[in-house]
Amino acid sequence: MAAPAGEAAALPEVGEVHWRPRESAARLARRGRLWTAWTALCSAQFAATAVALVWIEPLLLPVALVALAYAWVLGELYAQRGGNTLRPARPRAGAAERVAQRLLGDLLAHEPRELQRATGLALEAGELGTWLVGEAGAALVAPGGRRVHCFCVRVDDPELPPSDRIAHLLLALRCDEAGFATVANHVFSGAPWRLRRRLPRARRPALDAALARAREAM
Amino acid sequence: MPRLIRMDHTGHSTVAEWSASDDAAYEAAAAAFARELDEGFIGVVSEGEGRAAQVRELPREADLVILRRPIAGG
Repeated sequence: MAAPAGEAAALPEVGEVHWRPRESAARLARRGRLWTAWTALCSAQFAATAVALVWIEPLLLPVALVALAYAWVLGELYAQRGGNTLRPARPRAGAAERVAQRLLGDLLAHEPRELQRATGLALEAGELGTWLVGEAGAALVAPGGRRVHCFCVRVDDPELPPSDRIAHLLLALRCDEAGFATVANHVFSGAPWRLRRRLPRARRPALDAALARAREAM
Repeated sequence: MPRLIRMDHTGHSTVAEWSASDDAAYEAAAAAFARELDEGFIGVVSEGEGRAAQVRELPREADLVILRRPIAGG
């Protein structure tokens, strides 16, 4: 659909990453499967090494246990990358933050507004799934709630208060959801429980709400 | 009264105000809007729950036009 006169349909920032194909639900689903396969392959290499070491020389059991630990830790490290996208960047305090919080509150409906005030994350339903937008990143819960994608994306102005950072990302997301996912750096894809364990406790209710919304949307 | 605001380190600042019937005020606001775009800001109009549109010209009838900075992958 063509944008009305004076309106621009696609995010201008997409031009800065012109080599990236535009994101879509199909591309994200494929990316998720590849991510899982890659993680499993990397972990399997360490697990196979552990088995081989014990088979060759049972006295190498301690080394094999270290290899097994690596196999387990690898998935956790990837999940940690995802969790970092939703961590608070700075404390939500100060006069500027109060002003920014009012503007962000005006952009959100009642329930997402209350959720954002409690958890610091803005919930936004989109075509690709249910989004959680933080200060320096966003997570997308795919329809059905069985997979979450995490994106690192931010506005490059260190002086902005936290809620303004969220408002920047939220407005960009609302203008062009696929463009937003294209501009953002994809840093994790996996089961929601992996991400949940890596979130600060205060932010977990936001993920729970996004999961519930994503399941309803199916 | 319609407002043009810029998200900045203060939370946000009002750049201009106008009314649809006041041509001079609108022209001044449109000029201020153009200057902000030249500075690298992007104009956005919130269109209710879950919807927003980027604008390259100041919409005369909009209640609120927000100026945001470009985003980038971190």
